[in-house]
Amino acid sequence: MEILVYGTINSVSLALMGLGFAMIYGISRVPNFAHGALYIICGFVTWTLFYKLGLPYFIAIILSLCVNGILGMFMYRFILIRVRGMNISEIIASYAIGLAILEGLRYGGFRGMNYTLPVFMEGSLMIGNVPLDFHRLIMMVIGILLVAGLWVFTHHTRIGLALQGMAQDERAALMLGIDSDFMAMLAMGFGAVLAGVAATLILPLGNIVVESGYNVLIMSIAVCIVGGLGSWMGAFFAAFIIGYAQILTVVFIGSHFQMVVALLAIILTLILKPSGLFGHQKELEERV
Amino acid sequence: MSTQESRKERIDRGIKVRSDGLYALMSWRELSYLTLPRFILIAGMLSLPFLVPGMYWQRVISIVCIYAILALSFDFMAHYVGLVSLGGAFFIGTGGYIAGILNSYFSVPPFLTVPLAAIIGGVVCTLLLLPCLPLKGVYFAIVTLMYPLFMARIIEAFNIFGGTDGLVGIDSFSSSFAEQYLVICMVLIFLFGLRRFVTTDRGLIFTAIMDNDQAVRASGINITKYKALAVFIASAMGCLAGACLTHIYMWSGISQFALDFSILPIAATVIGGSGTLVGPILGCLILVPVSELLRDFGTLRIVFYASILVGFILFRSDGIMEFGQRKYEQFERWTKI
Repeated sequence: MEILVYGTINSVSLALMGLGFAMIYGISRVPNFAHGALYIICGFVTWTLFYKLGLPYFIAIILSLCVNGILGMFMYRFILIRVRGMNISEIIASYAIGLAILEGLRYGGFRGMNYTLPVFMEGSLMIGNVPLDFHRLIMMVIGILLVAGLWVFTHHTRIGLALQGMAQDERAALMLGIDSDFMAMLAMGFGAVLAGVAATLILPLGNIVVESGYNVLIMSIAVCIVGGLGSWMGAFFAAFIIGYAQILTVVFIGSHFQMVVALLAIILTLILKPSGLFGHQKELEERV
Repeated sequence: MSTQESRKERIDRGIKVRSDGLYALMSWRELSYLTLPRFILIAGMLSLPFLVPGMYWQRVISIVCIYAILALSFDFMAHYVGLVSLGGAFFIGTGGYIAGILNSYFSVPPFLTVPLAAIIGGVVCTLLLLPCLPLKGVYFAIVTLMYPLFMARIIEAFNIFGGTDGLVGIDSFSSSFAEQYLVICMVLIFLFGLRRFVTTDRGLIFTAIMDNDQAVRASGINITKYKALAVFIASAMGCLAGACLTHIYMWSGISQFALDFSILPIAATVIGGSGTLVGPILGCLILVPVSELLRDFGTLRIVFYASILVGFILFRSDGIMEFGQRKYEQFERWTKI
């Protein structure tokens, strides 16, 4: 029972982390290695707005999500657009941006254990004999709603369909009058907002520390690779596989091995089936 | 109102054209035109230990050379074989740990551990990377980025080789001169060796694999074998650098798998000029001392070199070396259209 409950929670938080990355890669084909930095920066912006400026918690969250979205769009519009299509430059540039943001935050004094965000709702309830606090419950509900919302958004709205069209075939989308650079910018913005949503949902459970930015990046890459780069449904299912695998190793082997599982999952997936579980990439192009 | 329409044109200098063919060397001037840049590099590198004051900066020279070897191996893999490896730390860590194990468990002296670590490390890295060789582009980059993290977690989780404390009490080189000249000579040997190597038949096959691997395969050449050979060369270089690092610090630990060793060589390659083989060394000669100077500012130096990296990728993606070469070999003038 414990494994079931905590496995689900872990999986949902992994899915939240991975969705933003999957979305950006799926649409603009930019592997956004600054994902972890966007996640952490959202946490710190919320913290600053809430404690330093004294805004209500809800408004602080909304504002910091907007900041994150704008930051993501700026990053695409002014930096990544110039290297788009050159895989390695994309990785190096976005990773360098992420590194600059994270280490800049560390230099700016955001380190140590004293940065925490309040949970949404105090209290807990019992499922069987496992205590489950309301915040984790809210996180699960919002996570699942978010995935459902994304599905509706990409299948039934104009912008969503345009994004999907671009993901499938950029040239054809261009011919149909979809501005691909604008859409990629939007996708980057959405991805950044998703990273922010993940941050505001997950960060209240612990401290905001810069180091977790790197872990978030690794976890989101793990989820996306196992699910297949660019497919966000795949990322969602992969999150459940990795999430349960992690909880199982923690219970049966030891908590040291939690990260090993994720890294092993990446390496094994890439070796055995690079296009992932649900990837739509053409396998021949990725392998020789 | 009339505006003068003009464009800039670049023309090869006469001396470059004359000295391009080997038999046309007519004067000392042409001879020195060809050899001077190389001579300056070699002489400069060899005289560095005398020019630099103080123990601290002497140590920095060794670190520069270690990063330079690593950057060379990255440049070779990325621009001559087409395998972009973000896992320089994997090579450094493997080499460092092998040297550390040989020295502290079997008490092998440093002048033997370094070559041994290079060869054993090269074999180990090649074997571990063998399953990933069919991958291309971003997939190979991600998987190599994950390897050093994976190794660090494995060592931490199983608590082997000293666990999180690492292996301590490893012998250092006999003197600091020996240490510096070893790494400096290695940089020069690898630099000129690789420049030779990429023009041989094997080097040609490597370049062909980068350009169109299916065509190479269709010519009846086993590309996996050649890719493995390339990985062996690059990883042996990285492992050698790692072994030197272990002996310099008399310590090998998990932080040798840290991302610094993956990122800084790439930054140096981008700044110095990718695909030139000399560029990475120039990049290291600039970047490492600058980052040492900024050590007082703590993590701000990482911000600093990350921003330089982004700036270079966006605005000067050909790097310093290409720029310098252009200035040296060509002149520019404005012409009317």
